[in-house]
Amino acid sequence: MTVQDLATQLNLTPFHLEDGSRQVTGGGYCGDLLSWVMGKAPADGVWLTIMSNVNVAAVAALTDVACVILTESVTPDEPLLRKAQLQGINLLGSSLSTYQCAAALSRLS
Amino acid sequence: MESLHLVYDVPGGDLTHAGEASSQVKQTLRKMRYDSDTIRRVSVCMYEGEINMVIHAEGGTAAVDVGLDEITITLADRGPGIPDVEQAMQAGFTTAGDQARDLGFGAGMGLPNMKKYSDEMKIDSTVGVGTTVTMVVHIP
Repeated sequence: MTVQDLATQLNLTPFHLEDGSRQVTGGGYCGDLLSWVMGKAPADGVWLTIMSNVNVAAVAALTDVACVILTESVTPDEPLLRKAQLQGINLLGSSLSTYQCAAALSRLS
Repeated sequence: MESLHLVYDVPGGDLTHAGEASSQVKQTLRKMRYDSDTIRRVSVCMYEGEINMVIHAEGGTAAVDVGLDEITITLADRGPGIPDVEQAMQAGFTTAGDQARDLGFGAGMGLPNMKKYSDEMKIDSTVGVGTTVTMVVHIP
């Protein structure tokens, strides 16, 4: 499954979609405490979070997740959006809760 | 391959720019075609260290030595020092303030992550003088 497939099927808002053809193969991780995410988010996976500040981009880049989904209708702040564009991070949004979004993701994969 | 020595200045006080040095190291290691697991381990160790220096010590320097068999990361600051290193190493223990916590830091997992993702880790800290953390990641 590609990030674009995921975005279409979960009806996600593309805040910044740099590489929709990137494959999602690593499962997912839900978390807002960045050190937990750093330690546990799988490379090529999906990271679900309600955090919307610029540090999300750094953690996404360093963990090499395929995309970040901001859940609960959270929108990225300006610095995060700029950083996502600059670093080529796939940054998407969902109106679902983190739980609902993870459950929907699980049904897809 | 020749060994490579990289040094970065980590500015203090500004968590929005934290992680720049780690990102640059990651890109450099990628270009050098290291395996993704090694790159990730070095990245996590360095990022956590950078964050710690920004939150607790008003910045410092981060040095990365890329050798044939191992990558050594040395983070040095002139911050307040760690009074009880054993306590600081415990998962969940934190002295980070509200500002850091609001941004998603301060979960007390920084040092445990650094220990977990490095093969060797040493902390030299003197209260009132500063802290130097040295981490070694073996290259498979």
